[in-house]
Amino acid sequence: MEIKILGNKDTRSGFGDGLTYLGENNPNVVALCADLTGSLKMGDFKNKFPERFFQVGIAEANMVGIAAGLTIGGKIPFTGTFANFSTSRVYDQVRQSIAYSNKNVKLCASHAGLTLGEDGATHQVLEDIGMMKMLPGMTVINPCDYNQTKAATIAIADHNGPVYLRFGRPKVPIFIPENTPFEIGKALLLQEGTDVSIFATGHLVWEAVEAAKVLAENGISVELINIHTIKPLDTNSILKSVAKTKCVVTAEEHQIAGGMGESIAQLLASNSPAPIEFIAVNDKFGESGKPADLMKKYGLHSSNIIEATHRVLKRK
Amino acid sequence: MHKEKINQLNAFSSQIRRDIVRMVHAQNSGHPGGSLGCVEFFTALYIEVMTHQPKPFNMDGNNEDLFFLSNGHISPVFYATLARTGYFPIEELNTFRMIDSRLQGHPTTHEGLPGVRVASGSLGQGLSVAIGAALSKKANNDKSIVYTLHGDGELQEGQIWEAAMYAASNKVDNLISTIDYNGRQIDGDVDDVLSLGNLKSKWLAFGWDVLETNGNNIEELMSTLETAKTKTGKGKPIMIIMETEMGFGVDFMMGSHKWHGVAPNDEQLEVALNQLEESLGDY
Repeated sequence: MEIKILGNKDTRSGFGDGLTYLGENNPNVVALCADLTGSLKMGDFKNKFPERFFQVGIAEANMVGIAAGLTIGGKIPFTGTFANFSTSRVYDQVRQSIAYSNKNVKLCASHAGLTLGEDGATHQVLEDIGMMKMLPGMTVINPCDYNQTKAATIAIADHNGPVYLRFGRPKVPIFIPENTPFEIGKALLLQEGTDVSIFATGHLVWEAVEAAKVLAENGISVELINIHTIKPLDTNSILKSVAKTKCVVTAEEHQIAGGMGESIAQLLASNSPAPIEFIAVNDKFGESGKPADLMKKYGLHSSNIIEATHRVLKRK
Repeated sequence: MHKEKINQLNAFSSQIRRDIVRMVHAQNSGHPGGSLGCVEFFTALYIEVMTHQPKPFNMDGNNEDLFFLSNGHISPVFYATLARTGYFPIEELNTFRMIDSRLQGHPTTHEGLPGVRVASGSLGQGLSVAIGAALSKKANNDKSIVYTLHGDGELQEGQIWEAAMYAASNKVDNLISTIDYNGRQIDGDVDDVLSLGNLKSKWLAFGWDVLETNGNNIEELMSTLETAKTKTGKGKPIMIIMETEMGFGVDFMMGSHKWHGVAPNDEQLEVALNQLEESLGDY
């Protein structure tokens, strides 16, 4: 597909608008929030469907449990809080009351990663994908722009089972066309190429798009694939691409350990080993700062993807 | 209550107690103390108090009263009661804690055991789940009641108090929770490990309607549960503090935390069974 900037919006607004759409179209969808209604962009749902919105206060463990209970009787609960409080704060509750109990709860998590910015490392969870993907039966999704987040929000309501949906705070380019179908577990091919496969998720997809442009100018043909669903991983698309390109760069706003890159490395090691470079945070906590500055400092910029591509091409 | 009815309930309780000690003995593993102390509660709830449908088991439980066991380690009394009230074959109690069994050490939905609606074991989570189920009933205009049981030691978990606050603040008044107030936990007396202070005052202060009862006297317990039912729908969640004796019904297990999670040996089993009438036939 031709990649064009269609606008500029935060992914959390995609969640909020997707949730409102579900409110209008699926009477079983209910929403819970732990005192972050504005931050999660859940205000519209709350105003339009007050009887289906549950304000639980600053009590995330209780929110997770109530969501699990609401499924009994047929509700489809969407919980909303920051990614850190959706995962590490409530890991045991998610594990026992939702994942092990196979409850149809959608854990919707904003402000993931470094792009949360000035609030600093206490809130910048970079381990959440790892925690969630380790839970048996948990689906893990990290969309890349407003349109994809909205589409993913709508799609997960029809998936029967627990889902972790991860998105972010800052305004970022919209580049996935509005009518692009969102299929859970099916990677999105953004650009065909032959020299290197770049697999990217979340905010790093746009960085990868920018990197691919520069690399093309240097005569390097990039196959760019958006892995919006980290679990279940689209193993066919990944193996097919790497069979052609023979080398890989992964890019994500997460620790290397536990991230999407780790899942891809595991897949390749078991099937068709290939050189791989990881663009992700390397065993560090974040810090306060402007999102763009943090992404540069921690090596999550398009320039880092370009450098990693040159490195991996030499290892072919 | 008719004498005959009380005798019938006590006979059922006696069989449940036999099942508990036999299950735990067979695997040399499990939690007999708390299980024995809660037998009257399970008997009252499943035989008399709740409107429920064992077969076919329906996870949503629409128009049924629902029960959530938050202190999942007393699974033996839960399993014995479910089996004896028709949720699954009584013989399946033979598989308790064995490999490939639906009767896991702690209750779970994962193996599809009828009667279980959420996994419990890691403590403090059941009240929140029950609140969710109660909210679901309200949204569905279902007038049934949601019941929970909690250990007293379990109340040391912070999530319980998050849930307590929520239920009162949001008038979740189709919820009757109960506490197995036996005063013991693994490391000793609750007062020594981490005192609960004035338990009744705490729940009152959190905005709950609170009842107290002897949890091992079926007549008093039944009457308290019926009173609790009349208090539903009045804007407050209801808590019943049940004073119980850990190990109740088996003399050498009573009054000590020692039998929290220890199985009787062959000799002890025989002594225990001699104290418990085989009213319904062993499995």
